[in-house]
Amino acid sequence: MIEYFIYSASSFAGDIDDLFFLITLIIGFWFFLTFGALVYFTIKFRKKDGVKAQYITGEKHSETKWTHYPHFAVIAMDVVIIAANILVWVNIKQTLPPRDNLVRVIGQQWSWSFIHAGPDGELDTADDIATVNDLHLKIGDTYHFELQSRDVLHNFAVPAFRLRQDAVPGRTISGWFKPTKIGTYDLQCAEMCGYGHGIMGAAVTVHSEESYNETMSQIQNGTYESHYQKRMGTKTGMPSYTSHFEDEGSFAVLLASIF
Amino acid sequence: MSQATAAIQTDTHAEHHEELNFLHKYILPVDHKVIAMQYIFTGLIMAIIGGYFAYAFRMQLAFPGELVPFYGLVGPGEYNMLVTNHGTIMIFWVAMPVLIAGFGNFLIPLMIGCDDMVFPRLNRLSYQIFLVSALVLIASFFVTGGGFGGAWTAYPPLSSVAEYSLTDWGASLWILAVALEFVSFLLGGINFVTTAMNARAPGMKMWDIPIAVWFIVIAVILFMASVGPLIAGSVMLFMDQRIGTSFFLPSGGGDPLLWQHLFWFFGHPEVYVVLLPTLGIVADIITVFSRKKLFGYKTVIYTAFATGGLSFVVWAHHQFIAGIDPRMANVFVVTTVLISIPLAEMMFSYIATLYGGSIELKTPMLWALSFIAAFLIGGVTGIYLGASAVDVYLHDSYFVLAHFHYTFFPITIIGMFAALTFWFPKMFGRMMNETLGKIHFWGTFIPFNCIFLPLFFLGLAGQHRRIYNYNHFPDLATQELQNIRIFATVSLVVMLCFQLVFVYNFFVSMFKGEKAPENPWNANTLEWSIPSPPPHGNFKTLPTVYRGPYEYSVPGREMDYWPQHVPPEES
Repeated sequence: MIEYFIYSASSFAGDIDDLFFLITLIIGFWFFLTFGALVYFTIKFRKKDGVKAQYITGEKHSETKWTHYPHFAVIAMDVVIIAANILVWVNIKQTLPPRDNLVRVIGQQWSWSFIHAGPDGELDTADDIATVNDLHLKIGDTYHFELQSRDVLHNFAVPAFRLRQDAVPGRTISGWFKPTKIGTYDLQCAEMCGYGHGIMGAAVTVHSEESYNETMSQIQNGTYESHYQKRMGTKTGMPSYTSHFEDEGSFAVLLASIF
Repeated sequence: MSQATAAIQTDTHAEHHEELNFLHKYILPVDHKVIAMQYIFTGLIMAIIGGYFAYAFRMQLAFPGELVPFYGLVGPGEYNMLVTNHGTIMIFWVAMPVLIAGFGNFLIPLMIGCDDMVFPRLNRLSYQIFLVSALVLIASFFVTGGGFGGAWTAYPPLSSVAEYSLTDWGASLWILAVALEFVSFLLGGINFVTTAMNARAPGMKMWDIPIAVWFIVIAVILFMASVGPLIAGSVMLFMDQRIGTSFFLPSGGGDPLLWQHLFWFFGHPEVYVVLLPTLGIVADIITVFSRKKLFGYKTVIYTAFATGGLSFVVWAHHQFIAGIDPRMANVFVVTTVLISIPLAEMMFSYIATLYGGSIELKTPMLWALSFIAAFLIGGVTGIYLGASAVDVYLHDSYFVLAHFHYTFFPITIIGMFAALTFWFPKMFGRMMNETLGKIHFWGTFIPFNCIFLPLFFLGLAGQHRRIYNYNHFPDLATQELQNIRIFATVSLVVMLCFQLVFVYNFFVSMFKGEKAPENPWNANTLEWSIPSPPPHGNFKTLPTVYRGPYEYSVPGREMDYWPQHVPPEES
C-alpha cells in the first residue's frame, strides 16, 4: 500500500510495506465490523412509538459472549501482529548485516554533512570524501551508517528507503540500509530542530557503479555540481515567502480582499 | 466570565446558605458549580486561541508564503511557535480544564449527591493557579524572540539552550506555565478523589456510581501517579535554561534521552487521562438516549482499570527510533498492542448497549455516537504505530498526526460538545435549540473528517510534521499533494465558521432559551433530581440512593426510567 504513494528504494522497504498491508487487513476487518454494528444498531433500533427498549444487563454469560468472543479474537490477531512486527524489526534495526560500504552522517542546525568512506571502506582515512546536503550511494551495496549530531536532536529520514533514526548529540548511532533503486530522493530532518527545521533537507542519490565512481572523482577534482542544489533550483525555487501578493488568483488573497 | 456564570442563580430555597456578594460568588467562589464554569469558560477561550493558531498554520501550508488573512505572514520561526503552542494549548489548557476540571467539578458532587467538594478552598486555589498558568503561557507569546517553538514535546537540547531555540524567555515561560498547570491539577485531583470516595450520598455503593464519575476519578488517579517524573523533569529543564545546569546536555554529562523518558512516562498516561472522562460522558449519554442499561457496567470499569494500568508501561513507543536500545522496543510493542484488548472490549460494550434500544438522535446523542465512530478510526490506526517496524516509516509523519487528531479531536472537541449540549439544561436552566445544535453537529463532524482523513495519505506519501513549507522537499512539492493540503485547509476554515453557530446557540439559549425542567432527558442520575440550575448547596435534603445509575426500561415498570433516588415502594 505504501508503495502506491512513494518509491520503495531499499531492501527492507518491501518488508515494511508488507507488514503495513497485513495490519491493514486485520484492523480493516475490525473497523468495518464494529463500525457496521454501530451504524446498523443506530438505524435498526431508532425510537418507535409503543416499542420499549429491552432490558439487557450484559452480565449474564449468554450476553457477555457477544463482547468476550470478539475480544478473544482480538487477542489472537494481536499475537499475529506482534510476531510479524518482531520479525521485521529484528531484521531492520536489531541486527547489522555485513557491510560493503560505510558512511558517516552528521546533522547540525540546519544541514547534513556526509563523509563517504571512499575506496578503502574505512572512515577517518585520507581518501574520505565529504559532502554537504548530498549523499551518494552505490546501488546494491549494504551500507552501515554512523549517525551523529553536533547540536540538537535531528532525524535521518529517507522516506523512499523507509529509513528513520534520531541523531542524538554525544552519541554515535549505527544502522544499515541497502539501496535498490536508482534515483534521487529526499532526505528530511524528521525531528524538530529549531528555526530552520523546515528547510533541513538533503538529496540522496542512488547511483549505478559507473555513475558512482564518476561522481566521486568529480567531487575530488572539483568539477562536481551539487545534486541538492540542482534539484532545489529546477524543481521548486527557493523559499517563496517573499512572493506574497504576486499570485493574485489564490484563495488567501481572495479572502484578504473580501475582508 | 461573569456574564456566563450570571446565569447560575442562587435559589431561594437554600435557606441554610447565606447570600453571597458578587465578589465571593463569581470571582472568589468556593461553590463547585461556579468553579466548574470558570474552568469551562477559561478552557473555551483557550480553545479559541488554539483554533486560531491552527487556522494560521494550516493557511500557511496550503498557500505557502502568502499573507494569512487576520494573521499576517507565517515565517519558519512563527510556524514553529504556532504548532508548538497549538498542541500545548489544546491538551493542557483545553482538554484538561474542560473535561477533567470543568466537568469533574460540575458532575462529581451532583452525581454522587453531596453539597460541594470536600475541599472547596483547595478547589478555588486550584483554579487560580490554573488561571495564572494560562496567563503565563499567553505572556510567553509576547516576549523577545516570541513564543516557544520546539514542539509540544520540548525535546532538549533544543528546548534547554537558548542559542539553539532562539526563544530564550519563550521557552522558560512555556515550561513554567506547564509546571504551574500540573500543580493546579494535582490540587484539583486530590479533591476529586477524596470527594468521590468519601462524600457519596447514603446508599450509593461503589457499583452505583455513574461511569462518568468513575472515569474522571480513574483519570485523575492516573494523572497524579504519572505527573511526578515530569514535574521533576520540568524543574531540571528550567534549571538547564536559566542557571546553566546540564541535566540534558551531553557536553556537561547529561543525556537528552532522559527528558524523553520523563516526558513520555507522563505523556502516554496523559492520553488516557483526557480520554477516560470523555468515555464516561459518552457512556452516560448513550444509555439515556437509547433507554438502555449499560452493557456490562462492571466490565466497562474493569477495562478502564486495565487500560490505565497498561498505559504506564507503553511510553517508549514514542521513542522506537529515538536511540533507545532496539531490543527494548519489542517489549513496548507487546504492551502497546495489548492495550487494544481492554479498549476493544469497552467499545464492544458501548456498541452492544445500543442493541435493542429505543434510540433518539438528539444532539448530545449525535455527538456521543460520532465520538465512537471517530475514536474507532483513531484507535485502529494506533495499531500501525504501535508496531515498531511500521513506526520506523510513519514516525513523525502526517500519519501520526492524523492518528492522534482522530483520538484527540473526538476526545476534546466532540466530547466537550457532547457534555455541553447534554448538561446545558442543568448548568443554565434553559434548553439549547435542537435545530441549530444539529446544524452545528454536521457542520463540525463532516469537515473534521475532510481535514484529517486526507492527512493519513499525506503521511503515507512521506510528508513530515512541523515543516512550514513543503516546497523545500521536491518529492513533496507536487501539485497533487498540494491539492490535498488545500482541501484540508479549506475544510478547517469551513469547520471554524460552523463554530459560530454554536457560539450563537450557546449564548442565545443561555438567556432566551426555553426554560428547562428538572429532568429534561428523563435520566436516572442524581443531578437530574434537583432544580435546573441547581441551587447553592445542590440538594435540599441529601438524597438516598436505592439502585445503580442505568436502570432504564426495567420490565414491569410503566416509566422507562427509574431514578437512583426514588424509593422502590413508590413505583
